[in-house]
Amino acid sequence: MADTIEVDGKQLAVDEEGYLSNLNDWIPGVADVMAKQDNLELTEEHWDIINFLREYYDEYQIAPAVRVLTKAVGKKLGKEKGNSKYLYSLFPYGPAKQACRFAGLPKPTGCV
Amino acid sequence: MSEIVKKFMYLNRKAPYGTIYAWEALEVVLIGAAFDQDVCVMFMDDGVYQLTKGQDTKGIGMKNFSPTYRTLGDYEVKRIFVDRASLEARGLTQEDLVEIPFEDFETEEEIDNIVEIVDSARVSELMNESDVVFSF
Repeated sequence: MADTIEVDGKQLAVDEEGYLSNLNDWIPGVADVMAKQDNLELTEEHWDIINFLREYYDEYQIAPAVRVLTKAVGKKLGKEKGNSKYLYSLFPYGPAKQACRFAGLPKPTGCV
Repeated sequence: MSEIVKKFMYLNRKAPYGTIYAWEALEVVLIGAAFDQDVCVMFMDDGVYQLTKGQDTKGIGMKNFSPTYRTLGDYEVKRIFVDRASLEARGLTQEDLVEIPFEDFETEEEIDNIVEIVDSARVSELMNESDVVFSF
C-alpha cells in the first residue's frame, strides 16, 4: 500500500523511500512538507538547489549524480557553491538524494 | 578504489524504443561512470537511432530519454563513437544526431561536441583495444 503526504490539503502518493510517485504532483509546498519531516528549514540557498535540480531534470530527463550535481552547481551558482561540503551543509542526508526528494524527482541515477 | 583501469566499451545496436536495451544501456553507462574506468560508447546498426534529434515518444506512451544522452559529457564519458556505415545505410548524417558537449572542470577545456563518426576499420580497432565489451 502506497503512502501519502499531505500538502496544501491534498494527499500525494509517495514511494517507500518517501519520493513522490508522480513527478507532476509536485508543488513548492511538497519541499516544505518533506523538509519538515527531516527537521530542516528551507532557506533561499536550499531553493537555489531545488530549482536547479528541477531545471536539470526538465532539460535532461534524469536527476544528476552528486558528482555531476556539484560540478553543475559550481558552474551555474558560483565555484564556492560547487563542492560537496557546501551541498551537504544544506542537505545533510546527501545533496542528491535529499534535494531530489524535495524537488519531487526520482532518486538520482548513479546513486548506489 | 582499484588501481587497475580497464577499457570498457558499451556497444549499442538497438533502436531506442521497442525494447528496454537502449535505456538500460544508458543507465549502466551513467552508473558505471562513477567507477573511474576508461569508458567508450559505440553506436552502430539501429543503435544510431538512439542519438537522433527530435524524437517524439507521445504516440507510444514512453518517456523520451533522448535528452539524457547530452549529459554523458557531464558524467565524464568523453569517447562517444558512431559507425559511419550504419548511419549511411539509414540515410542519416551527423547533422541528424544530437551534440554532446564536454567541459573539463579543472582545465576549463570545452568541446562543443564529442560525438565522433568513425569508419569500420576504426570500429574494429576500438573493439580490439577494449578489455570488456558490453553489448546491448
